Amino acid sequence: MSDPEVPPHTEDGQRASPTVPEVLPQPDDGQPTTPGGPELPPQSDDWQRVSPKYVGVELVSAAIGALVLCGITVPFIVLGTWFGWPALSLAVVIGVLNLAFAPRRVRSIGYRLRADDLVFRRGIMFHRRVSVPYGRMQLIDINRGPVARALGLAELKFVTAAAATGVSIPGLVESDADALRDRLVGLAESRRIGL
Amino acid sequence: MSGAPEVAGTGKTGRPDLVDGEWHRLHPATPLLRGGIALIAVLGFALANFRERAVELVFGGPVPDDPFQTAYERGHLGWVGLALVVGLLVGIAGFYASWRMHTFRVGDDVVEVRSGIMFRTHRRARLDRIQGVSIARPLFARIFGAAKLDISVAGQDAKVQLSYLGSADADRLRREVLLLASGVQQSEAEADHAGGAADPAGAAASLSTSIGTAAVPGPPDGIVHQRVRELLAPELDPSAAPPESVVRIPPGRLIGSLVLSGFTVALLVVGAIVVVASVTGRQELLVIILVPGVLAAGGYYFNRFTKSLRYSIAGTSDGVRIGYGLLSTSNDTLPPGRIHAVEVSQPLLWRAAGWWMIRINRAGAAGEGSGQTSTTMLPVGTVDDVRRVLGLLLPGLAGEQTRELVLAGLVARKGGGFSAAPRRSWPYQPLSWRRTGSAVTADAVLLRSGFVWRHLSIVPFARVQSLRLTRRPLHRALRLSELTVHTVAGPVRSNLSALDAEAADESFEAWARAAVRAAAADTAHRWASHPALTDPAPDPEETRHESL
Repeated sequence: MSDPEVPPHTEDGQRASPTVPEVLPQPDDGQPTTPGGPELPPQSDDWQRVSPKYVGVELVSAAIGALVLCGITVPFIVLGTWFGWPALSLAVVIGVLNLAFAPRRVRSIGYRLRADDLVFRRGIMFHRRVSVPYGRMQLIDINRGPVARALGLAELKFVTAAAATGVSIPGLVESDADALRDRLVGLAESRRIGL
Repeated sequence: MSGAPEVAGTGKTGRPDLVDGEWHRLHPATPLLRGGIALIAVLGFALANFRERAVELVFGGPVPDDPFQTAYERGHLGWVGLALVVGLLVGIAGFYASWRMHTFRVGDDVVEVRSGIMFRTHRRARLDRIQGVSIARPLFARIFGAAKLDISVAGQDAKVQLSYLGSADADRLRREVLLLASGVQQSEAEADHAGGAADPAGAAASLSTSIGTAAVPGPPDGIVHQRVRELLAPELDPSAAPPESVVRIPPGRLIGSLVLSGFTVALLVVGAIVVVASVTGRQELLVIILVPGVLAAGGYYFNRFTKSLRYSIAGTSDGVRIGYGLLSTSNDTLPPGRIHAVEVSQPLLWRAAGWWMIRINRAGAAGEGSGQTSTTMLPVGTVDDVRRVLGLLLPGLAGEQTRELVLAGLVARKGGGFSAAPRRSWPYQPLSWRRTGSAVTADAVLLRSGFVWRHLSIVPFARVQSLRLTRRPLHRALRLSELTVHTVAGPVRSNLSALDAEAADESFEAWARAAVRAAAADTAHRWASHPALTDPAPDPEETRHESL
């Protein structure tokens, strides 16, 4: 398996310098690996972003989180403790910051389909990047939360034999998610390895 | 039992071929060993009473006061006798039926077990997915010459359990299952069965054949002799493994390691508190806490001691074999490539003695319940033992230069072929930043960390599930990254909490590539069909078939 030297990607998700997309050795079982996935970008070393609509999901969850945080402080205000109001203002500040950074956070989510592995990254403050070889994927889930479903989005979750892997790509357009799932299952099948 | 499965032969009489693809039954004494003890007790109770009755009938004498007498006096003896007989018959019939319905079959690719009378279970496991084969001999079963065979595959509670088999049958079945799983070609396996083993795989396989013949004495008349021999036989047959690959633990060191454990420290602290408290007035506290405490601690030590006594690790042709136990013995065979991560660690108290312990991550823990014994490869050993055990667990580490690397990974304070974390990472690792680092061999990555509690984790690239690089706010401020290698769940910790960010990026990419490459080249699921070991020219069809 020849590995092209991966160009160093830039941290903020800008497209890496254009390289010739490596032609993937297709699984030779005659099945197309991307059934109904014309909108899916070709295999490449570029970072793929999730749908901008996913900001909606993030905003809703951030808003709920902020409300809960504020709600916790209410009893202290009612009881008249000295830290009631400061706690509330802190909660508001945290909530607003959280909401304000939602688009930035969504932009930080990215995945990259390389020749032999999937690289996933997310987070600005708590940045993490995970590489999962295709052959290691044991199963792939598609989850849809209520807000995501209203926006026509889905989440793709990968399970390997290691519980800690925990890679899930949120905010994929549903048809993309299905296509990506089928493609990844095909890739996993063609590179099936033991445990 | 009209629905009873057809069975080729029992697992006991003669020496039927257990891997001929036909259904076989377990050892006939299985019901007895699995809980028929209660039946025996009831029978014994009844018989003892009848004997007293008989004695009294012949010689006369005082009427004993027992349930039979009560029943007799009330004129219910007939009913009691009937109930007893019916109960016994139902019990015997039930156990007999469950034994009859419990059958197993070993084919070329799968091992299957059918069991249950009312609720039938049929379990089938692929041989190339075997993660370990263990044979346990609880004391009681050991006296009867029986053994329990567990074939474990990956997953929660995913094992095919054959309890009980004849002791020799269990050994033979293990050898043959491993032979089939190893991917040795059918013809070779057959030749091996016949006893003629002069083929490429032979050198190793003939060794195991000779165990079979050594462990199974021919004539049935020496049955007592055979039992005694089996009982006294060493846990690991000397002919199963070359002696230089066997690592043993002297009992003295075992006791020392138990005394120098965290448990002892906790015990001393509690003891000191109790003594102080009792001296300052509360005398009764001494009795209330100390007596049960001492008893519990003694039990813990005794348990740990007998469990680890006679611990031996040896390299056999079918992987590493770990045997342990004094009264109830157990051994566990890990085929090559079933070890997902290895950790060599040194508790602080052991440092003066220079002792280490080795634990592993494995998919699907075989053996008796507790995961602790089945993931501990070396309870306590010297650096030399560590080196030998590592060589057995990961043969790729047996080379000369990797030997230096491992030694550096264990004891060096810095350098020694390992990358180092920068000085600015001290907030994460105030003492060990010099030691924190990684090194890469041809087929594994070594992660070194810990200054006070020294750790060395080794993960074969072929077993890496995924890699993660994490950057938290403090990491970001100091230009650091955390790097984690994910493997299947287990006691091994395989991460480096703070590395230079750029070095971590490079390692991430390099290790990801190495993991993919190693996994693609890995043939451990059929270890003996590895081109370098047996076949100069591997059958492409076979390879293709297995890779899908």
